[in-house]
Amino acid sequence: MNYHWDWSVFRQLTINTVDRYWEWLLSGLALTVLIAMLAWVLALALGVLLGIARTVPFRPARTAVGIYVEVFRNIPLLVQLFFWYYIVPAFLPLSLQNAINAAHPVLVQTMTAVLCLGLFTAARVCEQVRAGIEAQPKDQFSAALALGLKRHQVYRYVILPMALRVIIPPLTSEFLNVFKNTAVVLTIGLLELTAQSRQVGEFTGHIFEAFIVATLLYFLVAQTVSRLMGRLERRLTIPGESGGGR
Amino acid sequence: MSRPGVRLALLGALVLVIAVATLRFGSAKPDDSAGRRTTLEKIQRSGVITLGHRENSIPFSYFDDQQQVVGYAHDISVAIAREVQRELGMSGLTLKLVPVTSQTRIPLLINNTIDLECGTTTNNQVRGRQVGFSTNYFISGTRFLTRKGSGIHDLDDLAGRNVVVSAGTTSEIVLRRINAQRKLGIRIIAARDHGDAFVALEFGKAMAFMSDAAILYGEISKAKRPDDWHVVGTPMTEEVYACAMRKGDAEFKAVADRAIQRMMRDGDMRRLYARWFQAPIPPREVNLQVPLDPKLSALFAHPNDLPLQ
Amino acid sequence: MNLSLDWSVLPAALPFLLQGMGFSIALLAVSLLGGLVLGTGLALMRLSSNVLVSSFAAAYVSIFRSIPLVLAIFWCYLLVPMVVEAVRGVHTPIGPMYSAFIAYVLFEAAYFCEVIRAGILSVRRDQTSASLALGLTRAQTMRYVILPQAVRTMMPLILTKSIIIFQDTSLVYVISVSDFLGAATRIGQRDSRLIELYLFAGAVYFILCFAASKFVEARTHRKVAT
Repeated sequence: MNYHWDWSVFRQLTINTVDRYWEWLLSGLALTVLIAMLAWVLALALGVLLGIARTVPFRPARTAVGIYVEVFRNIPLLVQLFFWYYIVPAFLPLSLQNAINAAHPVLVQTMTAVLCLGLFTAARVCEQVRAGIEAQPKDQFSAALALGLKRHQVYRYVILPMALRVIIPPLTSEFLNVFKNTAVVLTIGLLELTAQSRQVGEFTGHIFEAFIVATLLYFLVAQTVSRLMGRLERRLTIPGESGGGR
Repeated sequence: MSRPGVRLALLGALVLVIAVATLRFGSAKPDDSAGRRTTLEKIQRSGVITLGHRENSIPFSYFDDQQQVVGYAHDISVAIAREVQRELGMSGLTLKLVPVTSQTRIPLLINNTIDLECGTTTNNQVRGRQVGFSTNYFISGTRFLTRKGSGIHDLDDLAGRNVVVSAGTTSEIVLRRINAQRKLGIRIIAARDHGDAFVALEFGKAMAFMSDAAILYGEISKAKRPDDWHVVGTPMTEEVYACAMRKGDAEFKAVADRAIQRMMRDGDMRRLYARWFQAPIPPREVNLQVPLDPKLSALFAHPNDLPLQ
Repeated sequence: MNLSLDWSVLPAALPFLLQGMGFSIALLAVSLLGGLVLGTGLALMRLSSNVLVSSFAAAYVSIFRSIPLVLAIFWCYLLVPMVVEAVRGVHTPIGPMYSAFIAYVLFEAAYFCEVIRAGILSVRRDQTSASLALGLTRAQTMRYVILPQAVRTMMPLILTKSIIIFQDTSLVYVISVSDFLGAATRIGQRDSRLIELYLFAGAVYFILCFAASKFVEARTHRKVAT
């Protein structure tokens, strides 16, 4: 059995005789990063809101968020993705359905992926935020209220700044999870990094080169992210507080 | 992780990658020098022949309602396995079935997971650089499957529309090339397999599904309402199907060729065609009613293993 | 799109779905067991004073923790048969299922390594000194003193992670292995009843994972209470 290593395949023209294979991989990387970032913004914004809602003294809000968290946490991402891509549009008004189906598939698939990953991750972020808030001493709340702050002001100026600092490390790993989970979207036909590396492998016959490059790209992005987050964590550490436990 | 730690990790990553690469070199070299290890020897030693099959390529190779692999090409691969058994004089030969997709079939042949893949694999020159091909057993043209009344009649109607293909197929190659050259602006969706591609079509994600006509007829047969769909367009390319095997294994190829050519000579192939294309087939017992193409009957009369492109 | 749902395909599909569920559960069990064993080994390597050993483990963990599981599955799908053949020297027909098992073990081990390392570090240092002073060897100290305590602190994390692994088993879909979701997809595509099958599969996953997470929660609280 022979395998001929040839790293020049990335410089070759692709099957469409216009692009080159390295451009395919790069476009895959760009899609992966784009989806991860957008989904993360959605997850963070929604997750913080839901996390707060889970701690307010208003039972219906807590219950509703609780149901949200359980549903999104306990169904596999792949099923959720299928749900958003195929089933949900089928329940929309016909005109909207047609508009979605006529739009550019990459746009629709990207939006679906962002929505799906964002909502999925928001459930996890929510739980982290809740844990961060609950980790704050109860008397902080009382003290702040006694100082005349309104409840939303207590959250905004006292509780959240502390809680969010505490949960930077788990949030970093949630972000890395979003980044890795983007690969799931290849199942609805979106050519992100993993899918593109398979395409390159299939059309050139040099699957190992393609996979090695994809692996290195994932590795580099993940390392960059954890380094940046580590720096952020150090910068935000309040002197005197034991930050991050390193 | 501290800074030197990160650097060490990076170094380690590189080492691991290189290790993987050399492992491949290392295992490839002795294989070649220490006598050729042919597929037939492997089958004899292990008592197992591993056949790659498709999950969803009706009527060539797919799961029926009992989750058994069936189909025209599957029957051919079983006939080849029987010929291998006869050639090796083995009393028993275990057939091991591994599902493959358009994207995995060639890597799986190269890494020895499967010994033979008979499905809907086009015999062409590009693939011929990576794998070997048996005698051809089918001819089909690439066309479009679309909903009746969609207004799609041929390639030009698809400009600016969404079209789905199965990732890694010759249809994908042809469509991407023509689309780029003629600047048609077709938006191409690459689905995992024929089954996924048809789902995308059925749910309206694409206006048309481009594939070999025979596969498209197979997809219609399992649709909720087969009458809603039809195959349109002038065939854009002609595809010849053959079983794929590891490259340069002349003995194994000879056995496979012998099995296929015998079937063509004594009329078994014609009967096999009638069984899968002109009679009710599982899972829905729909008759595809595809008349025998004169080109195909010419192939049956004059078997060859030549790639068309 | 006609949205009338037809559930009549389900009864006939049940045996095959059950078979798929069997595979999913087997995959979960293997990834947990294998992942924990390999993860413990990696954790001990990371804590080793030998720089080579610890940096190898660190590199292993950071690579596997930065690539998607899907890519790891593809890698093993390609490499495992080759490695098995290179090691044994004989052609060994090995199905994609085994590649999947190995991919999950290798991948989850990287996660468990981090959990176990944190667990070990959470046990106070003076315990090691005390055990060594009592005449236990380093291995004995690890085996009888540190690990049992570490495991106790790690238990909730491991249980929560197993629920996530169970959901992630559905990703073997990409290499056409029939786990529960794969079986559902296959039947759904064949019978043109994909929506019904996916809704059913989603419901089953939800019930199982929800029940499991409630069990974990109850268990964790009891532990804290005592």
